[in-house]
Amino acid sequence: MSTPTWKNPIIKWVDHRLPVFTFLDHSIITYPTPRNLNYWWNFGSLAGMILVIMIATGIVLAMNYTGHTSMAFDSVERIMRDVNYGWLIRYLHMNGGSMFFIVVYIHLFRGMYYGSYKNPRELLWIIGVMIFLAMMATAFLGYVLPWGQMSFWGATVITNLFSVIPFFGEAIVQWLWGGFSVDNPTLNKFFSLHYLLPFVIFGLVFVHLWALHTHKSGNPLGVEVKGDQDEIPFHPYYTAKDSFGVGVFLIVYLGFVFFAPNFFGEPDNYIEANPLVTPPHIVPEWYFLPYYAILRAVPDNFIDVWGILPVIIPAKTAGVIGMFASILLLMVLPWLDTSKVRSARFRPTYFWLFWIFVIDTIILGFMGAKPAEGNFLLIGRIATAYYFLHLVVFMPLLGKFEKTKPLPDSISAAVTAGGSDAKEGS
Amino acid sequence: MFKKVIILAAFVVAFSSSVNVGSVRAAGGAEINSQDWTTNGLFGFFDRKQLKRGFQVYSEICASCHSVRLLFYRNLEEIGFSPEEVKKIAAEAEVAAGPNEDGDTHDDGELIVRPGKPFDRIVSPYPNEFAARAANAGALPPDLTLMTKARLNGPNYVHALLTGYKDAPSGFKLSEGMNYNPYFSGSQIAMGAPLSDDGVEYADGTKATVGQMAKDVTAFLIWSAEPELEERKRMGIKVMLFLFVFTALLYAVKRQVWAKLH
Repeated sequence: MSTPTWKNPIIKWVDHRLPVFTFLDHSIITYPTPRNLNYWWNFGSLAGMILVIMIATGIVLAMNYTGHTSMAFDSVERIMRDVNYGWLIRYLHMNGGSMFFIVVYIHLFRGMYYGSYKNPRELLWIIGVMIFLAMMATAFLGYVLPWGQMSFWGATVITNLFSVIPFFGEAIVQWLWGGFSVDNPTLNKFFSLHYLLPFVIFGLVFVHLWALHTHKSGNPLGVEVKGDQDEIPFHPYYTAKDSFGVGVFLIVYLGFVFFAPNFFGEPDNYIEANPLVTPPHIVPEWYFLPYYAILRAVPDNFIDVWGILPVIIPAKTAGVIGMFASILLLMVLPWLDTSKVRSARFRPTYFWLFWIFVIDTIILGFMGAKPAEGNFLLIGRIATAYYFLHLVVFMPLLGKFEKTKPLPDSISAAVTAGGSDAKEGS
Repeated sequence: MFKKVIILAAFVVAFSSSVNVGSVRAAGGAEINSQDWTTNGLFGFFDRKQLKRGFQVYSEICASCHSVRLLFYRNLEEIGFSPEEVKKIAAEAEVAAGPNEDGDTHDDGELIVRPGKPFDRIVSPYPNEFAARAANAGALPPDLTLMTKARLNGPNYVHALLTGYKDAPSGFKLSEGMNYNPYFSGSQIAMGAPLSDDGVEYADGTKATVGQMAKDVTAFLIWSAEPELEERKRMGIKVMLFLFVFTALLYAVKRQVWAKLH
């Protein structure tokens, strides 16, 4: 990481006064990166790219959108019909949201599988979870803007969750609404916040990268970099690898945009919001379904187990607590996971528990889309229980009892040994 | 790695073309058969002759109760009407012309009107929801512009509903003024069977059977919901072809760069 010497006199002049070029050189050119990162490490930069796409398309959409209950739906349709390539911008933004969550979920699970959150990268992980929370808020706010049936009723359901806050709940809900129901002040407020939060995310991403660049990337082996032989410069190796990933990603993303733009959407949202007509099934966007399943999983009599608690915590409150806990618990994952070994590759039991956890969240997602009744509810409850069991019980215990496999001496040792690990990096 | 890319690409292609395929159960419980729409698949397109027939069915039958309020008369040029024809179609409608010099919108209690122009929205049958409900025994005929996007499996659902009217099975309790249709939620619908053979006389000589009219008007509604569909899919093909080549090149570059390392 020596300071580069610039030949171009203008660059030299600028860099002497404001070392942006040196900064870029250190951050994306010579930035030392483990040589064995596999394709699961592509999703971080992909997420960053989608954020930029979302902000760019969003700014253009906002130029043509009207944040008023009587005009919002029609203004979106005008974008779809009369604004030049408005349909393209809008579908890019709409599907971009879904893609953002797919990419971030993979990024998150990557971190879990390879134990990326462990010392010294706990803050990096926590900032990541904060970005995830900000993303969820942004996505929810954005979904309200087209003012379709699901926009309206989704907003009604989600804002009502805050009513469980003791003492101030009702006041907070009315403050969110700007009135006594979801109405024009709510839409205005949501539009404003939907425009603001992406820039908050952008700031958080910057801090996320700052933390990342302090201790550098982890790697599939989970052993620290021990010297130059373990590292390669970010450019050209990972710029080339990430670019290829971008190509593959764009094929999937634009495949949806051009050929199935409404695949992730709810048909009901093409019906203008009507406060007098409740849709038969209010479902959130697909990326919220696991949390929706957890929210609805807590049975009415569940709390009775402790006798006095039902007076204090009704089922709805417990559901909301469960939902937020499911995400907030991720923040303390670095301490819940007591194993010294990072990568699931050397943790034979964790390997299986990880995949069961992944399947568990997918099951939760499917149950979130079903009506909360009968077997769907039962499966949802079991999956919810397992979710917490995994995080709160299995993770702490596993570190104490699991027999891990021996770790390689270093990344380069594993590479030169010619194991499968080496190949994955190529 | 190339294999993975090809598998992924194949998945995307197969997936996007199969989105509309397969039969699904309607809210009413009856199974909806998939129709062969020209707009289906990667190379979906609009059959403009069919869209014109569909517009004829809409304007002669559906338009007496249902609006398409997001469409303008000028949009009809996109389905093959000439500018002159559009002017003529628009002029047949009466649109509010007020206020006049005196600032009045009504003259003697009657709305001041002028003939429609291409830049006007296609005139809705009722001035508002209350008038619509009053004229239809309390039922609201929904706007149709986005109908095929606003229902699950929209195009096939609309077609099935239009052709699905039957006598109610014995034992089925039909409410007053309702009609039996197994595709509608609850199997009963306020709208009477709108289509009957030769309900319209097609300008292009096509035989106007119920099935033909249902297909034509649904095709028209697919267009009204997604007027960009044809342009979108054509652009998509070009974008995909570019991306396949570009991504293959990026992969080659990546291999080349990393080859130095081993």
